Amino acid sequence: MPDPVDVAVAVADAHRREWAFVLAATVRASRDIDLAEECVQDAYARALESWAIDGIPERPGAWLTTVARRRAMDLLRREARFRDRMPLLVSDEATPGPGDESDDSEWDEAEWDETRIPDDRLRLICTCCHPALAQESQVALTLRLVCGLTTAEVARAFLVSEPTMAARITRAKKKISAAKIPYRVPPPDELPQRLTAVLAVVHLLFTTGHTAPVGADLVRGDLVSRATDLGRMLRSLLPQDPGVAGLLALILLTDARRATRTDRTGRLLLLEEQDRSQWNAAAIREGLALVGQSINTGGPDRYALQAAIAAVHARAARWQDTDWEEVVRLYDVLCDVWPSPVVALNRAVAVSLASGPQAGLDAIAVIEDDPALRGYGYLPAAQADMLARLGRDTEAAAAYESAIALTDNEVEQEFLRHRLALLR
Amino acid sequence: MSQYLLLIYQDEAAYSGADEATLGEMHAGHGAFWGKHEGAIAGGNALELTPMATTVRPNGGDFTVTDGPFAETKEALGGYYLVEAADLDAAIAIAKDIPSGMGCIEIRPIRAIG
Repeated sequence: MPDPVDVAVAVADAHRREWAFVLAATVRASRDIDLAEECVQDAYARALESWAIDGIPERPGAWLTTVARRRAMDLLRREARFRDRMPLLVSDEATPGPGDESDDSEWDEAEWDETRIPDDRLRLICTCCHPALAQESQVALTLRLVCGLTTAEVARAFLVSEPTMAARITRAKKKISAAKIPYRVPPPDELPQRLTAVLAVVHLLFTTGHTAPVGADLVRGDLVSRATDLGRMLRSLLPQDPGVAGLLALILLTDARRATRTDRTGRLLLLEEQDRSQWNAAAIREGLALVGQSINTGGPDRYALQAAIAAVHARAARWQDTDWEEVVRLYDVLCDVWPSPVVALNRAVAVSLASGPQAGLDAIAVIEDDPALRGYGYLPAAQADMLARLGRDTEAAAAYESAIALTDNEVEQEFLRHRLALLR
Repeated sequence: MSQYLLLIYQDEAAYSGADEATLGEMHAGHGAFWGKHEGAIAGGNALELTPMATTVRPNGGDFTVTDGPFAETKEALGGYYLVEAADLDAAIAIAKDIPSGMGCIEIRPIRAIG
């Protein structure tokens, strides 16, 4: 009998790594997103029991896909008798997209070979990002369906309450069904229109993985990898698009620091404490080339500008060498292209490093009452650092306390407690 | 196939003030639309303007009948097409062909009953 802890770890791991593939494969078979989601959740629940008895399968994703699809087909066969729900029908009229040669809607269990199932994750994402859905619903739906995040995790990523997010996701799914939003990758001539939304989704996916909203680990490497994979997939489809190049550059340049963001004990390290010799040189080279290409081919794109900021750090051999004036200049342009309170907060941090902590606090004062930043732990954390640099320790301590109360990431909490302890 | 109601909203002031050439272009546009999508169109009509509307509302066992639309808006329902389409993308493609220079098209899926 396998160790129950190993089983739990394997199921959690399969959830993080395989969710999107399993769900997309089940949607392909069931043509019903809601039903597929139920069946995939059920498959993960069964895995906990079954793997504890029979052992952890060699290919957990294939096991989960088989179980989820079998259950979906069983339920569909019985649907005539149990038609008490409105199915979220997936259109049969889908235009074949990349990796969509085979249509296994007439799926035969006996002949089924999971290696033949095309990767439908892009199809799933394109459906989630349909323009008939509000953008906030697109990203929410993608995190829920493609990443398998719980509603609570999605809510936190968006800085909204859980009931608000639950209602948003339900409404979005209902619209896919009622309006018959097709389940497909749009044809090449429509793809660019879909791109802005898809990029926003991939970017959010990356930021969610880069600093996980909850849990013991700072980074969810699987989400970061998925964002990177999707970025590369999009780039292969649209190699001339400056936004795609910019986003991929941003992901690569930011994630290049992953190994140095915590020390051996898991403590969070600031940019200034990180060992830059351990940054991923290959990712930085690739990222810098993409930034150059993106900036040269397009207007000031949001992601390209963020990547350019990351590039300033990547080019500085040491923290002291960082060109903060250039970072502030780039943030100024970014604030025009993409006005967002979170961007303004990041700009304020750069201002504090270019022009001193008081200038940073002044910049934060302008935005701190923005309702979108309510509950955003990075705001009091940034204030705390600036206050500490000014020697205003009592105010700094209070701000750290607020920040600790607002984060559910244990690594970040530990980091903030450490900063707080240094004041005392 | 699903049915969608394509609701044509337009600025009635702009419509009333339009010159002959603009109106002629619009009617020709609808003619072209009928021609192109004849196979998909299950019905369609233009409506008289909202000053011709009458609103009937239940009122404690009786009814209140009032002059005008139920809501005064700048852009009002001016006509509709009922179309058959495979999915929302197909309905959107059809809607883009409707002359809508004075407003916009709202697509509403017909709810399947029973």
